Amino acid sequence: MSDFTSGFWNIYITVLTLLSIAGCGLLLWSQSSTRVTVPAPDVAGAGKPASTDAARVGTTGHVWDEDLTELNTPMPRWWMWLFWITIVFALIYLFLYPGLGTYAGKFGWKSSTEYQDELKKAEADYGPLFQRYLAQDMKVVAADPQAHAIGERLFLTYCAQCHGSDAHGNKGYPNLTDNDWLYGGTPDIIKTTILKGRNGQMPSMAAAVGTDKDVENVAHYVMSLSNTNADPIKAVFGKAKFGVCAACHGADAHGNPALGAPNLTDKIWLYGGSIDTIMETIRKGRNNVMPAFDGFLGEAKVHVLAAYVWSLSNPQPAVAAK
Amino acid sequence: MHSNPAEASATVIKMYAAREEIYPRETKGRYASLRWACVWITQLVFYGLPWLQWNDRQAVLFDLGTRKFYLLGIVLWPQDFIYLAALLIICAFSLFLVTAIAGRVWCGFACPQTVYTEIFMWIERRIEGTRSARMRLDRQPWSIGKASRKTAKHLAWGLVALWTGLTFVGYFTPMKTLQQEIAGFGLGPWETFWILFYAFATYGNAGWMREQVCKYMCPYARFQSAMFDHDTLVITYDQARGEPRGPKARKDAPVPIAAPEQMPAPMSTLLAKASMAATATATVGNTASTGDCIDCSMCVQVCPTGIDIRDGLQYECIGCAACVDACNGVMDKVGTPRGLIRYSTENALREQLSVAEIRRRAMRPRVLVYCVLLLAIVMAFLGALTLRTPLKVDVIRDRGALGREVEDGAIENVYRLQIMNTAEVAHRFRISVSGIDTIAVAGNSEVVLAGANARAVPVGIRVAHGKGHPGSNPIVFTVEALDDPSLRVKEAAVFFVPR
Repeated sequence: MSDFTSGFWNIYITVLTLLSIAGCGLLLWSQSSTRVTVPAPDVAGAGKPASTDAARVGTTGHVWDEDLTELNTPMPRWWMWLFWITIVFALIYLFLYPGLGTYAGKFGWKSSTEYQDELKKAEADYGPLFQRYLAQDMKVVAADPQAHAIGERLFLTYCAQCHGSDAHGNKGYPNLTDNDWLYGGTPDIIKTTILKGRNGQMPSMAAAVGTDKDVENVAHYVMSLSNTNADPIKAVFGKAKFGVCAACHGADAHGNPALGAPNLTDKIWLYGGSIDTIMETIRKGRNNVMPAFDGFLGEAKVHVLAAYVWSLSNPQPAVAAK
Repeated sequence: MHSNPAEASATVIKMYAAREEIYPRETKGRYASLRWACVWITQLVFYGLPWLQWNDRQAVLFDLGTRKFYLLGIVLWPQDFIYLAALLIICAFSLFLVTAIAGRVWCGFACPQTVYTEIFMWIERRIEGTRSARMRLDRQPWSIGKASRKTAKHLAWGLVALWTGLTFVGYFTPMKTLQQEIAGFGLGPWETFWILFYAFATYGNAGWMREQVCKYMCPYARFQSAMFDHDTLVITYDQARGEPRGPKARKDAPVPIAAPEQMPAPMSTLLAKASMAATATATVGNTASTGDCIDCSMCVQVCPTGIDIRDGLQYECIGCAACVDACNGVMDKVGTPRGLIRYSTENALREQLSVAEIRRRAMRPRVLVYCVLLLAIVMAFLGALTLRTPLKVDVIRDRGALGREVEDGAIENVYRLQIMNTAEVAHRFRISVSGIDTIAVAGNSEVVLAGANARAVPVGIRVAHGKGHPGSNPIVFTVEALDDPSLRVKEAAVFFVPR
């Protein structure tokens, strides 16, 4: 590594580059004319007539394979100037832009500043649009067809990986279209969720509930709240052990949006509603993370995005008619 | 390098030489008229097309910003790039075919370099005069008269060039917008650059570079020889008929040449003009054996690339036939048959073939193969273009999850359908799906798209519990316009059922 941080390579590159350019110039200069030994015409033409071309333009005197001669058909002079221009261009370029070792160039150009400039330009171009929406109420934004289209594209770019292109979610990633919300479904809460992220934790409840049998009973009780397939006897036993769950999910099992504890009485399951999955959830607990997008997207974009997400479960007639 | 030591002399030769100005003499004749017809046709199309309107938009517009390419009634998208490829292949094969039959006719008559040089030379002649006047002017020391003529010429060239640049940019930015921007001094930086760049290229190439573009820059000029054979029509000088060249009287005239007054009247005046020097210098010996070429050098004077066609076929020859026109004019005056310089083939000259035989030889395997290929590609191109559905669908499967279980054990897969309505009117499309028993679109299956618009539509596809086999199941999406059943696209995809 030290090889590449030592000052030697800086000089090495610089010298090599400049030498190469000088070499190009030297080659060009030396090749712009040439001294040739031209055989006397009577000798060259001995025995055979000179070709018309050779007679017209002359030869460079280069003869090989007995009688092949190279005709002298010079390139146009502007062609040579083009070569000189490339050399001049190279020198000017290397003076203005980085290229000679660590020399930063007169303009001090950097790819990182170029990127920052492009970001600034994009901000200047699109910023006002997002700022205009930011000043509006989110329900107004949700009803705006243009904002809806922007929100849809933002969603497909940043959210669809986990929540799916149709926002119906996946195992562990909530469905955003069913109007069932872990933390609440008002536009402002959705915005906070996107901005700050969420970390939903359910601890392992195996020890608190009791034995394996107790876990199974509780699972049947939870299942019975929304599904008639649960074992009613086990559910009765399980109900007695549900007390430890009620701390978060509530005595009526309707959940608690302040904690992100889900409602257990509907048919909506984040990880699945089969008896095995419910038992696994009770035994091992769940840890669910939604990352914060504040620093990444900024509030203005999240505002439009949140309005879009809200509109998924609150259809906007103005947008639908589009 | 090996050289002959005997009587050798050392010299310095330059590997680069200054260009010698060529002053082509104006020609009149069949081929000059043909070239001017080509100039008019190509330039009416080029300068005219951007002004043509079609249904409230420019008829031909290549909108790079929105990546839509309007060609009269059709709108092409980047996905239609295959048509451009086909078009280029058609152009290439047409060029091969034409070159195999008739040599460099493209170069001599229709190439932009020739066409703009022709226009620029026309301007030059109006301002600076004929060949001899121009040569005289260039030899003169600088004067107000010379400077004003030169300035006028370059101004006129500049105006044509700027108009050409504007027209070029008019294919990418609508002419209406360009007009408004120019009127308000609001041209964008890229529009300004391209107008000036294209104008500069036109001015430089047609005004200054001229034949040097063909000789040193054009790659096509160099690989054309691969399409030539001994039956390809080229501009030829009939050496057998013309040589030995020299000033003289009619070939069949009695020797020594009769005094002009003893000849039929029209002939005598013509001859007097054509061979004044001949009567003075011709000796009995060489007149008897001279060919038809009177060595008037008209063919050299009219040549835009500055060659002497009598030296035989040369790579500089762009096949413009200016020398044919010039020589025919001279032959008419001298009273010998036309065609000393003419379109002919190498074989025809060697074997004294008749025109009919040359025509018959044009139908050789190489030409027939080019014809068949060209015909096939043109038919395929036109067929594909007419059968083209102005609707495109790409199916992109959600990569986040393979398949998820929803209510009642049904399996759902999510897809993103990129639907592109390439027609210019809005349509309502219905998305349907087939391939597995009970397969259906979950939720909304209809979508409205404005004209020339694209949208990514997420769709959930559901299959009832137990249907389909575990793993991948091939399915087919169908997107069709409700108001036009012919607007229908089928796209294959895969449905995943978890094990």
